[in-house]
Amino acid sequence: MRRRLFPRSWLLPVLALCFGVLSATAAPLRLATTTSTQNSGLLDHLLPAFQARTGIEVQVIAVGTGRALRLGEAGDVDVVMVHAPQAERRFVASGAGTQRFPFMKNAFLLVGPPDDPAHLRGETDVVQALVRIARSGARFVSRGDDSGTHKKERALWQAAGLHPQGDWYVEAGQGMGKVLQMAGELGAYTLTDQGTWLAYRDRVALEPLVGGDPRLDNPYAVIPVDPRRHPHVNHRAAMALVEWLRSPEGQRAIAAYRLHGRQAFVPTAIGPRRDETVP
Amino acid sequence: MNGVGSAFTEALGLLISGDPALWEIVGVSFSVSLRAILVATPPALVVGYVLAWHAFPGRRLLVSLFETLLALPAVVVGLTVYLLLSRRGPLGDLGWLFTQPAMIVGQIVLAFPILVAMSRAAFRAVDPHALETVRTLGAGSVRGFTTLAREAQFGLGAAVIAAFGRIIAEVGSSMMVGGNILHHTRNIPTAIALETSKGSFAQGIALGLVLLTLALGLNVALGWFQARGAAHP
Repeated sequence: MRRRLFPRSWLLPVLALCFGVLSATAAPLRLATTTSTQNSGLLDHLLPAFQARTGIEVQVIAVGTGRALRLGEAGDVDVVMVHAPQAERRFVASGAGTQRFPFMKNAFLLVGPPDDPAHLRGETDVVQALVRIARSGARFVSRGDDSGTHKKERALWQAAGLHPQGDWYVEAGQGMGKVLQMAGELGAYTLTDQGTWLAYRDRVALEPLVGGDPRLDNPYAVIPVDPRRHPHVNHRAAMALVEWLRSPEGQRAIAAYRLHGRQAFVPTAIGPRRDETVP
Repeated sequence: MNGVGSAFTEALGLLISGDPALWEIVGVSFSVSLRAILVATPPALVVGYVLAWHAFPGRRLLVSLFETLLALPAVVVGLTVYLLLSRRGPLGDLGWLFTQPAMIVGQIVLAFPILVAMSRAAFRAVDPHALETVRTLGAGSVRGFTTLAREAQFGLGAAVIAAFGRIIAEVGSSMMVGGNILHHTRNIPTAIALETSKGSFAQGIALGLVLLTLALGLNVALGWFQARGAAHP
Protein backbone atom coordinates (compact mmCIF):
# COMPACT_ATOMS: atom_id res chain seq x y z
CA MET A 1 0.00 0.00 0.00
CA ARG A 2 1.13 3.49 -0.76
CA ARG A 3 1.31 6.27 1.75
CA ARG A 4 -2.10 7.53 2.67
CA LEU A 5 -3.01 10.61 4.60
CA PHE A 6 -6.45 9.28 5.44
CA PRO A 7 -6.34 5.54 6.14
CA ARG A 8 -9.76 4.32 7.08
CA SER A 9 -8.39 2.05 9.78
CA TRP A 10 -7.88 4.81 12.36
CA LEU A 11 -10.64 7.10 11.27
CA LEU A 12 -13.34 5.47 13.38
CA PRO A 13 -11.38 5.28 16.64
CA VAL A 14 -10.35 8.91 16.20
CA LEU A 15 -13.93 10.02 15.64
CA ALA A 16 -15.11 7.99 18.60
CA LEU A 17 -12.45 9.70 20.71
CA CYS A 18 -13.58 13.13 19.53
CA PHE A 19 -17.18 12.58 20.52
CA GLY A 20 -16.17 10.83 23.72
CA VAL A 21 -14.24 13.89 24.78
CA LEU A 22 -17.07 16.12 23.56
CA SER A 23 -19.53 14.65 26.00
CA ALA A 24 -17.14 14.32 28.94
CA THR A 25 -17.80 17.57 30.78
CA ALA A 26 -18.48 17.79 34.52
CA ALA A 27 -20.95 20.18 36.18
CA PRO A 28 -19.09 22.90 38.10
CA LEU A 29 -20.68 26.18 39.23
CA ARG A 30 -21.26 28.68 36.42
CA LEU A 31 -21.01 32.25 37.61
CA ALA A 32 -21.96 35.15 35.36
CA THR A 33 -20.50 38.33 36.75
CA THR A 34 -19.39 41.78 35.84
CA THR A 35 -16.08 42.71 34.32
CA SER A 36 -15.44 44.85 37.42
CA THR A 37 -15.17 41.87 39.79
CA GLN A 38 -12.88 40.03 37.39
CA ASN A 39 -10.73 42.90 36.12
CA SER A 40 -10.15 44.12 39.68
CA GLY A 41 -8.66 40.73 40.54
CA LEU A 42 -11.15 40.12 43.40
CA LEU A 43 -12.44 36.81 42.05
CA ASP A 44 -8.93 35.45 41.60
CA HIS A 45 -8.50 36.21 45.29
CA LEU A 46 -11.84 34.79 46.53
CA LEU A 47 -12.59 31.76 44.39
CA PRO A 48 -9.53 29.64 45.23
CA ALA A 49 -10.43 30.02 48.92
CA PHE A 50 -14.03 29.03 48.18
CA GLN A 51 -12.87 26.02 46.21
CA ALA A 52 -10.48 25.00 48.97
CA ARG A 53 -13.35 25.14 51.47
CA THR A 54 -16.08 23.45 49.42
CA GLY A 55 -14.35 21.61 46.58
CA ILE A 56 -16.60 23.41 44.12
CA GLU A 57 -14.96 24.75 41.01
CA VAL A 58 -16.37 28.07 39.82
CA GLN A 59 -16.33 28.89 36.12
CA VAL A 60 -16.44 32.63 35.62
CA ILE A 61 -18.12 34.27 32.65
CA ALA A 62 -17.28 37.95 32.90
CA VAL A 63 -19.71 40.20 31.04
CA GLY A 64 -21.65 43.34 31.90
CA THR A 65 -24.41 43.26 34.53
CA GLY A 66 -27.11 43.45 31.85
CA ARG A 67 -25.80 40.45 29.99
CA ALA A 68 -25.10 38.54 33.19
CA LEU A 69 -28.76 38.92 34.18
CA ARG A 70 -29.89 37.79 30.74
CA LEU A 71 -27.64 34.73 31.00
CA GLY A 72 -29.34 33.98 34.31
CA GLU A 73 -32.79 34.48 32.82
CA ALA A 74 -32.01 32.02 30.05
CA GLY A 75 -30.65 29.50 32.56
CA ASP A 76 -27.23 29.51 30.90
CA VAL A 77 -25.52 30.06 34.27
CA ASP A 78 -26.24 28.92 37.86
CA VAL A 79 -25.69 32.17 39.74
CA VAL A 80 -25.10 35.84 38.95
CA MET A 81 -22.94 38.39 40.84
CA VAL A 82 -23.91 41.89 39.77
CA HIS A 83 -24.27 45.51 40.87
CA ALA A 84 -27.50 47.13 39.69
CA PRO A 85 -30.07 46.92 42.52
CA GLN A 86 -33.07 47.99 40.44
CA ALA A 87 -32.39 45.54 37.64
CA GLU A 88 -31.70 42.86 40.28
CA ARG A 89 -35.09 43.39 41.91
CA ARG A 90 -36.78 43.06 38.54
CA PHE A 91 -34.74 39.88 37.95
CA VAL A 92 -36.01 38.36 41.19
CA ALA A 93 -39.58 39.66 40.77
CA SER A 94 -39.81 38.10 37.31
CA GLY A 95 -39.02 34.72 38.84
CA ALA A 96 -35.61 34.32 37.18
CA GLY A 97 -33.69 34.46 40.46
CA THR A 98 -34.57 33.16 43.93
CA GLN A 99 -33.41 36.05 46.10
CA ARG A 100 -30.96 38.96 46.21
CA PHE A 101 -28.08 38.44 48.62
CA PRO A 102 -26.15 41.70 49.09
CA PHE A 103 -22.64 40.91 50.28
CA MET A 104 -20.26 43.77 49.54
CA LYS A 105 -19.99 47.25 48.14
CA ASN A 106 -17.58 49.78 46.89
CA ALA A 107 -18.06 53.12 45.23
CA PHE A 108 -18.01 54.69 41.82
CA LEU A 109 -15.88 57.68 41.04
CA LEU A 110 -15.35 60.07 38.19
CA VAL A 111 -11.85 60.00 36.76
CA GLY A 112 -10.38 62.22 34.10
CA PRO A 113 -7.22 63.58 32.47
CA PRO A 114 -4.69 65.34 34.73
CA ASP A 115 -5.21 68.71 32.98
CA ASP A 116 -8.91 68.50 33.92
CA PRO A 117 -10.41 70.66 31.13
CA ALA A 118 -13.88 70.67 32.75
CA HIS A 119 -12.46 71.82 36.12
CA LEU A 120 -13.95 68.99 38.20
CA ARG A 121 -11.26 69.00 40.87
CA GLY A 122 -12.84 70.03 44.15
CA GLU A 123 -16.38 69.27 42.98
CA THR A 124 -18.21 66.95 45.40
CA ASP A 125 -21.60 66.82 43.68
CA VAL A 126 -21.38 64.18 40.96
CA VAL A 127 -24.41 65.48 39.06
CA GLN A 128 -22.94 68.99 38.93
CA ALA A 129 -19.69 67.44 37.71
CA LEU A 130 -21.48 65.77 34.79
CA VAL A 131 -23.16 69.05 33.87
CA ARG A 132 -19.73 70.68 33.78
CA ILE A 133 -18.33 67.97 31.53
CA ALA A 134 -21.23 68.37 29.11
CA ARG A 135 -20.85 72.17 29.10
CA SER A 136 -17.08 72.11 28.61
CA GLY A 137 -17.28 69.84 25.57
CA ALA A 138 -14.57 67.63 27.05
CA ARG A 139 -14.83 64.02 26.02
CA PHE A 140 -16.54 61.38 28.12
CA VAL A 141 -16.19 57.64 27.52
CA SER A 142 -19.31 55.65 28.37
CA ARG A 143 -19.29 51.90 28.86
CA GLY A 144 -22.25 51.74 26.50
CA ASP A 145 -22.74 48.04 27.26
CA ASP A 146 -25.74 47.97 29.60
CA SER A 147 -23.43 47.00 32.47
CA GLY A 148 -24.08 48.01 36.08
CA THR A 149 -21.67 50.90 35.71
CA HIS A 150 -23.44 51.98 32.53
CA LYS A 151 -26.83 51.81 34.25
CA LYS A 152 -25.47 53.97 37.08
CA GLU A 153 -24.02 56.42 34.57
CA ARG A 154 -27.33 56.76 32.73
CA ALA A 155 -29.19 57.32 36.00
CA LEU A 156 -26.74 60.11 36.86
CA TRP A 157 -27.13 61.80 33.46
CA GLN A 158 -30.85 61.59 33.95
CA ALA A 159 -30.53 63.20 37.38
CA ALA A 160 -28.60 65.97 35.67
CA GLY A 161 -31.43 66.40 33.17
CA LEU A 162 -29.13 65.71 30.23
CA HIS A 163 -29.25 63.37 27.24
CA PRO A 164 -25.60 63.00 26.37
CA GLN A 165 -24.94 62.71 22.67
CA GLY A 166 -22.50 64.08 20.16
CA ASP A 167 -18.84 63.68 19.28
CA TRP A 168 -17.73 64.30 22.84
CA TYR A 169 -19.77 61.35 24.18
CA VAL A 170 -17.93 58.14 23.27
CA GLU A 171 -19.94 54.93 23.66
CA ALA A 172 -17.32 52.22 23.87
CA GLY A 173 -19.27 48.99 24.31
CA GLN A 174 -16.33 47.54 26.27
CA GLY A 175 -15.47 46.31 29.75
CA MET A 176 -14.34 48.63 32.55
CA GLY A 177 -10.62 48.07 32.11
CA LYS A 178 -10.77 48.70 28.38
CA VAL A 179 -12.82 51.86 28.93
CA LEU A 180 -10.25 53.20 31.43
CA GLN A 181 -7.54 52.60 28.87
CA MET A 182 -9.57 54.33 26.18
CA ALA A 183 -10.29 57.32 28.43
CA GLY A 184 -6.58 57.53 29.23
CA GLU A 185 -5.60 57.43 25.57
CA LEU A 186 -8.29 59.95 24.55
CA GLY A 187 -7.75 62.32 27.48
CA ALA A 188 -11.41 61.81 28.43
CA TYR A 189 -13.49 61.53 31.59
CA THR A 190 -15.26 58.35 32.61
CA LEU A 191 -17.20 56.80 35.47
CA THR A 192 -15.49 53.79 37.04
CA ASP A 193 -15.95 51.47 39.98
CA GLN A 194 -13.29 51.76 42.64
CA GLY A 195 -12.06 48.15 42.38
CA THR A 196 -11.19 48.32 38.71
CA TRP A 197 -9.81 51.83 39.18
CA LEU A 198 -7.34 50.67 41.84
CA ALA A 199 -6.22 47.85 39.56
CA TYR A 200 -5.65 50.19 36.62
CA ARG A 201 -4.63 53.49 38.11
CA ASP A 202 -0.92 52.93 37.53
CA ARG A 203 -1.46 51.95 33.92
CA VAL A 204 -3.56 54.84 32.69
CA ALA A 205 -2.97 58.61 32.51
CA LEU A 206 -6.04 59.49 34.57
CA GLU A 207 -6.70 60.97 38.00
CA PRO A 208 -9.54 60.48 40.47
CA LEU A 209 -11.59 63.68 40.49
CA VAL A 210 -15.05 63.25 42.03
CA GLY A 211 -15.94 60.71 44.71
CA GLY A 212 -17.68 60.37 48.04
CA ASP A 213 -21.13 61.46 46.82
CA PRO A 214 -23.70 59.04 48.33
CA ARG A 215 -25.20 58.70 44.85
CA LEU A 216 -21.96 56.94 43.90
CA ASP A 217 -22.54 53.95 46.19
CA ASN A 218 -22.05 50.64 44.42
CA PRO A 219 -23.61 47.62 46.18
CA TYR A 220 -22.97 44.10 44.90
CA ALA A 221 -25.29 41.11 45.27
CA VAL A 222 -25.31 37.44 44.34
CA ILE A 223 -28.54 35.90 43.06
CA PRO A 224 -29.00 32.17 42.44
CA VAL A 225 -30.93 31.31 39.29
CA ASP A 226 -34.30 29.84 40.31
CA PRO A 227 -34.22 26.03 39.98
CA ARG A 228 -38.01 25.96 39.68
CA ARG A 229 -37.70 27.67 36.34
CA HIS A 230 -34.46 25.99 35.24
CA PRO A 231 -34.28 22.55 36.88
CA HIS A 232 -30.85 21.83 35.38
CA VAL A 233 -29.06 24.60 37.32
CA ASN A 234 -26.56 23.70 40.02
CA HIS A 235 -28.57 25.31 42.82
CA ARG A 236 -26.81 23.57 45.68
CA ALA A 237 -23.43 24.90 44.54
CA ALA A 238 -24.97 28.35 43.98
CA MET A 239 -26.24 28.42 47.57
CA ALA A 240 -22.86 27.20 48.81
CA LEU A 241 -21.27 30.23 47.13
CA VAL A 242 -23.89 32.60 48.59
CA GLU A 243 -23.37 31.21 52.08
CA TRP A 244 -19.60 31.28 51.84
CA LEU A 245 -19.50 34.86 50.53
CA ARG A 246 -21.73 35.99 53.45
CA SER A 247 -19.94 33.88 56.06
CA PRO A 248 -17.37 35.46 58.37
CA GLU A 249 -14.65 33.67 56.39
CA GLY A 250 -15.87 35.00 53.04
CA GLN A 251 -16.46 38.49 54.40
CA ARG A 252 -12.96 38.57 55.89
CA ALA A 253 -11.53 37.48 52.55
CA ILE A 254 -13.34 40.35 50.81
CA ALA A 255 -12.11 42.87 53.38
CA ALA A 256 -8.58 41.52 53.10
CA TYR A 257 -8.36 42.04 49.36
CA ARG A 258 -6.05 44.93 48.72
CA LEU A 259 -5.08 46.63 45.51
CA HIS A 260 -2.01 48.84 45.67
CA GLY A 261 -2.29 48.81 49.44
CA ARG A 262 -5.93 49.93 49.55
CA GLN A 263 -9.05 47.99 50.40
CA ALA A 264 -11.05 47.62 47.19
CA PHE A 265 -14.39 46.26 48.46
CA VAL A 266 -16.25 46.63 51.76
CA PRO A 267 -18.07 43.54 53.07
CA THR A 268 -21.69 44.30 53.95
CA ALA A 269 -23.09 40.99 55.23
CA ILE A 270 -21.24 40.85 58.56
CA GLY A 271 -23.29 41.15 61.72
CA PRO A 272 -27.09 41.21 61.63
CA ARG A 273 -28.65 39.64 58.58
CA ARG A 274 -29.31 42.24 55.96
CA ASP A 275 -30.76 40.22 53.14
CA GLU A 276 -33.91 41.65 51.68
CA THR A 277 -36.92 39.43 52.01
CA VAL A 278 -39.57 41.73 50.57
CA PRO A 279 -38.55 44.40 48.10
CA MET B 1 2.91 52.09 32.18
CA ASN B 2 4.83 49.33 30.50
CA GLY B 3 6.75 50.25 27.41
CA VAL B 4 6.44 48.07 24.34
CA GLY B 5 10.04 46.97 24.74
CA SER B 6 9.74 45.76 28.32
CA ALA B 7 6.42 44.01 27.54
CA PHE B 8 8.15 42.22 24.68
CA THR B 9 11.06 41.15 26.87
CA GLU B 10 8.63 39.93 29.51
CA ALA B 11 6.74 38.00 26.80
CA LEU B 12 9.92 36.20 25.72
CA GLY B 13 10.59 35.40 29.37
CA LEU B 14 7.13 33.82 29.75
CA LEU B 15 7.66 31.70 26.64
CA ILE B 16 11.15 30.53 27.52
CA SER B 17 10.41 29.82 31.18
CA GLY B 18 7.49 27.59 30.15
CA ASP B 19 4.94 29.62 32.14
CA PRO B 20 2.21 27.04 32.92
CA ALA B 21 -0.70 29.49 32.65
CA LEU B 22 0.46 30.46 29.18
CA TRP B 23 0.98 26.95 27.89
CA GLU B 24 -2.35 25.80 29.32
CA ILE B 25 -4.06 28.38 27.09
CA VAL B 26 -2.04 27.16 24.12
CA GLY B 27 -3.15 23.63 25.02
CA VAL B 28 -6.84 24.61 25.02
CA SER B 29 -6.42 26.17 21.58
CA PHE B 30 -4.84 23.08 20.10
CA SER B 31 -7.17 20.63 21.78
CA VAL B 32 -10.28 22.48 20.57
CA SER B 33 -9.10 23.19 17.03
CA LEU B 34 -7.65 19.72 16.44
CA ARG B 35 -10.90 18.09 17.52
CA ALA B 36 -12.88 20.47 15.32
CA ILE B 37 -10.71 19.59 12.31
CA LEU B 38 -10.95 15.86 13.02
CA VAL B 39 -14.74 15.98 13.12
CA ALA B 40 -15.14 18.36 10.17
CA THR B 41 -12.69 16.80 7.73
CA PRO B 42 -14.27 13.42 6.80
CA PRO B 43 -17.74 14.72 5.91
CA ALA B 44 -16.32 17.84 4.25
CA LEU B 45 -14.09 15.73 2.00
CA VAL B 46 -17.06 13.59 0.99
CA VAL B 47 -19.02 16.75 0.13
CA GLY B 48 -16.02 18.12 -1.81
CA TYR B 49 -15.75 14.84 -3.71
CA VAL B 50 -19.44 14.76 -4.56
CA LEU B 51 -19.39 18.38 -5.70
CA ALA B 52 -16.31 17.70 -7.82
CA TRP B 53 -17.41 14.58 -9.67
CA HIS B 54 -21.16 14.18 -9.44
CA ALA B 55 -23.53 16.08 -11.66
CA PHE B 56 -26.90 16.77 -10.09
CA PRO B 57 -29.40 19.61 -10.22
CA GLY B 58 -28.41 22.49 -7.96
CA ARG B 59 -24.72 21.60 -7.87
CA ARG B 60 -23.60 25.02 -9.14
CA LEU B 61 -25.75 26.61 -6.50
CA LEU B 62 -24.20 24.46 -3.75
CA VAL B 63 -20.70 25.26 -4.97
CA SER B 64 -21.52 29.00 -4.93
CA LEU B 65 -23.03 28.60 -1.49
CA PHE B 66 -19.88 27.04 -0.03
CA GLU B 67 -17.72 29.66 -1.74
CA THR B 68 -19.87 32.36 -0.16
CA LEU B 69 -19.59 30.71 3.22
CA LEU B 70 -15.79 31.02 2.94
CA ALA B 71 -16.29 34.66 3.83
CA LEU B 72 -18.59 33.92 6.78
CA PRO B 73 -17.58 36.15 9.71
CA ALA B 74 -16.70 34.26 12.88
CA VAL B 75 -18.96 36.49 14.98
CA VAL B 76 -21.97 35.51 12.85
CA VAL B 77 -21.11 31.85 13.40
CA GLY B 78 -20.71 32.61 17.10
CA LEU B 79 -24.09 34.31 17.31
CA THR B 80 -25.82 31.45 15.49
CA VAL B 81 -24.21 28.73 17.59
CA TYR B 82 -24.93 30.75 20.72
CA LEU B 83 -28.64 30.98 19.89
CA LEU B 84 -28.76 27.26 19.13
CA LEU B 85 -26.96 26.19 22.30
CA SER B 86 -28.46 28.63 24.82
CA ARG B 87 -30.80 27.00 27.30
CA ARG B 88 -33.56 28.82 25.46
CA GLY B 89 -32.38 27.55 22.08
CA PRO B 90 -33.35 24.32 20.32
CA LEU B 91 -30.19 22.49 21.45
CA GLY B 92 -30.13 23.97 24.95
CA ASP B 93 -30.62 20.63 26.67
CA LEU B 94 -27.12 19.60 25.63
CA GLY B 95 -25.77 22.16 28.12
CA TRP B 96 -22.90 22.94 25.76
CA LEU B 97 -22.89 26.74 25.93
CA PHE B 98 -19.65 28.00 27.53
CA THR B 99 -17.91 24.66 27.11
CA GLN B 100 -15.26 23.38 24.73
CA PRO B 101 -17.83 21.41 22.70
CA ALA B 102 -19.57 24.71 21.87
CA MET B 103 -16.26 26.14 20.65
CA ILE B 104 -15.69 22.99 18.62
CA VAL B 105 -19.11 23.31 16.98
CA GLY B 106 -18.39 26.93 16.00
CA GLN B 107 -15.00 26.02 14.59
CA ILE B 108 -16.45 23.09 12.63
CA VAL B 109 -18.88 25.50 10.96
CA LEU B 110 -15.99 27.83 10.13
CA ALA B 111 -13.71 25.08 8.84
CA PHE B 112 -16.31 23.25 6.76
CA PRO B 113 -16.60 25.63 3.77
CA ILE B 114 -12.80 25.90 3.50
CA LEU B 115 -12.44 22.12 3.54
CA VAL B 116 -15.21 21.68 0.97
CA ALA B 117 -14.00 24.37 -1.43
CA MET B 118 -10.33 23.35 -1.29
CA SER B 119 -10.97 19.61 -1.38
CA ARG B 120 -13.30 20.06 -4.33
CA ALA B 121 -10.51 21.87 -6.18
CA ALA B 122 -8.06 19.12 -5.21
CA PHE B 123 -10.43 16.41 -6.42
CA ARG B 124 -10.94 18.30 -9.69
CA ALA B 125 -7.20 18.43 -10.20
CA VAL B 126 -6.48 14.69 -10.17
CA ASP B 127 -5.09 12.87 -13.17
CA PRO B 128 -7.89 12.04 -15.65
CA HIS B 129 -6.28 8.59 -15.85
CA ALA B 130 -7.19 7.89 -12.24
CA LEU B 131 -10.65 9.14 -12.96
CA GLU B 132 -11.06 6.49 -15.66
CA THR B 133 -10.24 3.82 -13.11
CA VAL B 134 -12.78 5.34 -10.74
CA ARG B 135 -15.43 5.41 -13.45
CA THR B 136 -14.97 1.66 -14.03
CA LEU B 137 -15.21 1.08 -10.29
CA GLY B 138 -18.35 3.20 -10.19
CA ALA B 139 -17.90 6.78 -9.12
CA GLY B 140 -20.34 6.51 -6.25
CA SER B 141 -18.45 3.74 -4.53
CA VAL B 142 -16.33 4.03 -1.42
CA ARG B 143 -13.43 2.63 -3.46
CA GLY B 144 -13.89 5.47 -5.93
CA PHE B 145 -13.64 8.01 -3.14
CA THR B 146 -10.62 6.49 -1.43
CA THR B 147 -8.78 6.02 -4.72
CA LEU B 148 -9.27 9.63 -5.68
CA ALA B 149 -8.52 10.84 -2.15
CA ARG B 150 -5.19 9.03 -2.38
CA GLU B 151 -4.47 10.70 -5.71
CA ALA B 152 -5.42 14.09 -4.32
CA GLN B 153 -3.81 13.59 -0.90
CA PHE B 154 -1.49 16.59 -1.06
CA GLY B 155 -4.24 18.94 -2.15
CA LEU B 156 -6.45 17.55 0.63
CA GLY B 157 -3.62 17.98 3.13
CA ALA B 158 -3.37 21.60 2.05
CA ALA B 159 -7.12 22.01 2.63
CA VAL B 160 -6.83 20.65 6.17
CA ILE B 161 -3.87 22.91 6.98
CA ALA B 162 -5.62 26.00 5.62
CA ALA B 163 -8.79 25.25 7.58
CA PHE B 164 -6.79 24.63 10.75
CA GLY B 165 -4.97 27.93 10.31
CA ARG B 166 -8.32 29.72 10.04
CA ILE B 167 -9.96 28.22 13.13
CA ILE B 168 -7.04 28.30 15.55
CA ALA B 169 -6.76 32.06 15.04
CA GLU B 170 -10.46 32.99 15.18
CA VAL B 171 -11.67 34.93 18.17
CA GLY B 172 -15.28 35.95 17.44
CA SER B 173 -16.95 32.58 17.75
CA SER B 174 -14.79 31.23 20.58
CA MET B 175 -15.35 34.32 22.70
CA MET B 176 -19.14 34.23 22.29
CA VAL B 177 -19.86 30.55 22.72
CA GLY B 178 -16.89 29.64 24.92
CA GLY B 179 -17.17 32.56 27.34
CA ASN B 180 -13.39 32.84 27.86
CA ILE B 181 -13.44 30.73 31.06
CA LEU B 182 -10.01 30.25 32.60
CA HIS B 183 -8.71 26.63 32.44
CA HIS B 184 -11.65 25.63 30.21
CA THR B 185 -12.50 27.80 27.26
CA ARG B 186 -9.79 30.44 27.30
CA ASN B 187 -7.79 29.88 24.13
CA ILE B 188 -5.03 31.91 22.52
CA PRO B 189 -7.19 34.49 20.68
CA THR B 190 -9.66 35.08 23.54
CA ALA B 191 -6.78 35.33 26.02
CA ILE B 192 -5.10 37.95 23.83
CA ALA B 193 -8.35 39.93 23.73
CA LEU B 194 -8.69 39.72 27.54
CA GLU B 195 -5.06 40.56 28.33
CA THR B 196 -5.24 43.56 26.03
CA SER B 197 -8.40 44.79 27.77
CA LYS B 198 -6.63 44.34 31.11
CA GLY B 199 -3.66 46.26 29.83
CA SER B 200 -1.21 43.45 30.62
CA PHE B 201 0.38 43.19 27.24
CA ALA B 202 3.22 40.75 27.96
CA GLN B 203 1.06 37.63 27.98
CA GLY B 204 -0.83 38.93 24.93
CA ILE B 205 2.42 39.39 23.04
CA ALA B 206 3.70 35.97 24.12
CA LEU B 207 0.52 34.29 22.88
CA GLY B 208 0.66 36.35 19.70
CA LEU B 209 4.19 35.04 19.11
CA VAL B 210 2.92 31.48 19.53
CA LEU B 211 0.22 32.14 16.91
CA LEU B 212 2.72 33.76 14.54
CA THR B 213 5.13 30.86 14.85
CA LEU B 214 2.26 28.47 14.26
CA ALA B 215 1.11 30.42 11.18
CA LEU B 216 4.65 30.28 9.83
CA GLY B 217 4.83 26.52 10.40
CA LEU B 218 1.43 25.96 8.82
CA ASN B 219 2.38 28.05 5.79
CA VAL B 220 5.59 26.10 5.30
CA ALA B 221 3.56 22.88 5.52
CA LEU B 222 0.97 24.29 3.12
CA GLY B 223 3.70 25.20 0.63
CA TRP B 224 5.18 21.73 0.95
CA PHE B 225 1.82 20.04 0.30
CA GLN B 226 1.09 22.28 -2.66
CA ALA B 227 4.53 21.71 -4.17
CA ARG B 228 4.16 17.93 -3.74
CA GLY B 229 0.67 18.14 -5.23
CA ALA B 230 2.03 19.96 -8.26
CA ALA B 231 4.93 17.53 -8.67
CA HIS B 232 2.69 14.43 -8.44
CA PRO B 233 -0.62 15.46 -9.84
